[in-house]
Amino acid sequence: MSTAAVPNAAALKVPGFWRRALHHRSFVLGGTLTLLLLLAAAVSLVWTPWSPYEMDMANKLKPPTGAHWLGTDTYGRDVASLLLVGARASILVGVIAVGIGLVVGTALGLLAAAKRGWVEEAIMRLTDFSLAFPAILSAIMMTAVFGAGIVNAIIAIGIYNIPTFARITRASANAIWSREYVAAARACGKGGFAITMQHVLPNISAVLIVQITIRFAIAILAEAALSYLGLGTQPPQPSWGRMLSEAQTMMFQAPLLAVFPGMAIAFAVLGLNLRGDGLRDLLDPRLARAR
Amino acid sequence: MPLLEVKDLRIGLQTQRGPAEAVRGIGFTLERGETLGIVGESGCGKSITVMSLMGLLPSTAKVGGSIRFDGTELVGLPEKQMCQIRGNRIGMIFQEPMTALNPVHTIARQVGEPLRLHRGLSKADARKEVLALLERVGIPDAASRLDAYPHQFSGGQRQRIGIAMALACGPDLLIADEPTTALDVTIQKQILELIKSLVAERGMALILISHDLGVIAQTVSKMLVMYGGSVVESGPTEAVFARRAHPYTQGLFAARPAIGAPRGQRLATIRGSVPELVDLPKGCPFAGRCSYTVDACKTTPPPATMLPHDHAVRCIRLEEIAAQGAIAP
Amino acid sequence: MSATTTNASPLLRVTNLVRHYALPREKLFGPPPTVKALNGVSFDVQAGKSVGIVGESGSGKSTIARLVMALDTPTSGTVSLEGRNLHALSKEELRVARRDFQMVFQDPYGSLDPRQTVARIVAEPLEALAATSRAEQRERASETLAAVGLRTTDLDKYPHEFSGGQRQRIAIARALITRPKLIVADEPVSALDVSVQAQVLNLMQDLQQQFGISYLLISHDLAVVNHLCDDVCVVWKGLIVEQGPPAELFHHAKHEYTRTLLDAVPRTPTGGTLLAA
Repeated sequence: MSTAAVPNAAALKVPGFWRRALHHRSFVLGGTLTLLLLLAAAVSLVWTPWSPYEMDMANKLKPPTGAHWLGTDTYGRDVASLLLVGARASILVGVIAVGIGLVVGTALGLLAAAKRGWVEEAIMRLTDFSLAFPAILSAIMMTAVFGAGIVNAIIAIGIYNIPTFARITRASANAIWSREYVAAARACGKGGFAITMQHVLPNISAVLIVQITIRFAIAILAEAALSYLGLGTQPPQPSWGRMLSEAQTMMFQAPLLAVFPGMAIAFAVLGLNLRGDGLRDLLDPRLARAR
Repeated sequence: MPLLEVKDLRIGLQTQRGPAEAVRGIGFTLERGETLGIVGESGCGKSITVMSLMGLLPSTAKVGGSIRFDGTELVGLPEKQMCQIRGNRIGMIFQEPMTALNPVHTIARQVGEPLRLHRGLSKADARKEVLALLERVGIPDAASRLDAYPHQFSGGQRQRIGIAMALACGPDLLIADEPTTALDVTIQKQILELIKSLVAERGMALILISHDLGVIAQTVSKMLVMYGGSVVESGPTEAVFARRAHPYTQGLFAARPAIGAPRGQRLATIRGSVPELVDLPKGCPFAGRCSYTVDACKTTPPPATMLPHDHAVRCIRLEEIAAQGAIAP
Repeated sequence: MSATTTNASPLLRVTNLVRHYALPREKLFGPPPTVKALNGVSFDVQAGKSVGIVGESGSGKSTIARLVMALDTPTSGTVSLEGRNLHALSKEELRVARRDFQMVFQDPYGSLDPRQTVARIVAEPLEALAATSRAEQRERASETLAAVGLRTTDLDKYPHEFSGGQRQRIAIARALITRPKLIVADEPVSALDVSVQAQVLNLMQDLQQQFGISYLLISHDLAVVNHLCDDVCVVWKGLIVEQGPPAELFHHAKHEYTRTLLDAVPRTPTGGTLLAA
């Protein structure tokens, strides 16, 4: 029996998937952290302890107190509120950037696997070319040329996700095309598009899900990096990366200013990575053989 | 003292639906130089049994009972000592020649590995032995192919290499788990003959697993028929083939299409299908599918009834079956 | 009656089928090496009768299956179903023609999409023909499942909930649903246990009697071919070396390779051999 080790979404249909998922340490831990991230962003839409834009020079650079739970920054703004609202920027970037990569990249990958021949070659060489440029430098270059700002940051990161998704989709899709049930579909007279949508895409969904989680984490890091350099989210829009950048100058006076956004970034990325690891384990093909 | 003595072997496995007994109290003995065949279909426990002989079960498996190999108790033996037995005193040939060899090592290195591991031979000495082994198993032009990789050989040749590896340290017991199932029928014949001659030549004991009755008939002198983790019939191959006392054995024989049989005839089938391990009935595992089932069959596992020539059958309905003329005298 | 007599036009006629594959280049200059999978194979399948293709790995038998099913194009030669050359049809014509010939694959674990329900899997050939509504498809699927011995309640289950033998029945149901005239079965029972194999073989025989289907059965197992087929072709190195009704072939084999094949089949001491009578 030939089965390439493609994480199989059929595993989701195996009874007890959620039971096992809830026992898997990485998944649970990662899931909790990710949930906290989402919660933070959601809460910030309706309430923050203080307004993140309110400057209070009299109270600047204060350590954590009863009034300001995590202290204040150089302009007297409440750090806790900044973190909560900053979560929004991170998630926004993650969703849209990964979304761009997912939609365009997956489409290209599926096309390459279905058509093969010169179409596949062309698409793969294009991805090779794109991947040859270091990601962050490309993003910097793009924002430098087209202007800084969250929109351009998202586009830059998103464009970089395209070749990654294209390659992964193509590899997994190729494995599915060689399965007998695809041959059976061809023998029925089904065309490439129908086979891609009905057979290939559902069966590579597990791979894509795992990849989305991972790329989300990378997107958050990328946004933080760009904002740190002043190329991403612009003031007064709160951003974890920019908070780090501003904290850098105050390292000796208020070290905690760097710790909180740093920890926020670290936990968000850690949570997403752990969840990705957990998902990959849980969707392992050996589970698809349940009889 | 027999070379291998298995008594009341019980193996429990973790399945998707909870723990289940994969092997339910089987026992057999094997003397030096004897050949034993194990016949059964998927899920009967034949592979698990030999895996337990090699200590290659998953870590979640629970083993009970006793396996005595040349006086040493193998159940519960610490891994370190098991490693000294594996490859050295017990050799194993696997089913899939395509995947049983590591594609990134040369065959000289792979066949020589047990020699260097257990006998402490140097690379050069091992190489000489490997050459002799490869020539014995019939690899043409062995001297020039020592440094070739597995993908450069055909399926049949890879299986020969696998046999050479199993034999390298001159084991007392050779286990072959469906060694020819993945091969063409003409190659199958050659491989089986090779195994037979090697076993006779070196006085090894052989345990051969197969689902193919013809293979069993041609290769081994004693046999076990397994179903649902139990041995339902055992004895000398000739006796079992001639008498076929157990209903499952009869079913197995009747279900095979035969070359030259008249066309248009329906094959006799065993009604139903093999239940999953967790669903096997408490008494006789074949109860329910067997046309001679009575209530007593479902409650207690049948004891072994002895027929002439050391032929054992686990069935409480033998008299009725014989009365219907289904068993040859 | 041998299948080589050219009487009333056969259901399937394969003429001088050749398939050579070009392998990736090994040298920069000079032609790439070729694998000569088929070197000129010809045979007929009469309506309502079955033909078996027997051979070992590398003989070209699977290539024959793929070419007859138009899943691959021949280097030369023709495959004609009811007089029409399948490889000369337009894409659309071929798609419609597929109603009449379907395939059962070897691997019961790989030939069913693990993410689709049985209802969708079995109705797939109907879907491809786009002539029926969802409700109708389900109705037909239910009928066909009953014909292969499964239940209507199985329609909404997934492949992993079935055993190997049951999956092969689902695969047969899928091949049956358009009421084809020809079913190409590529090693349909090789992956199954002996007792399950018997059930599936009986089923295939019953379906032939019930629906008048012709089988092109590809197998390495002589006994299976003997059981189901009216005519057998022995394939070796891309050529048919011997052809004829099984009884004749297996008792009076003329070609050396056929004799080698027969010789290699393990014998059981049933007071004789696996070869009855």
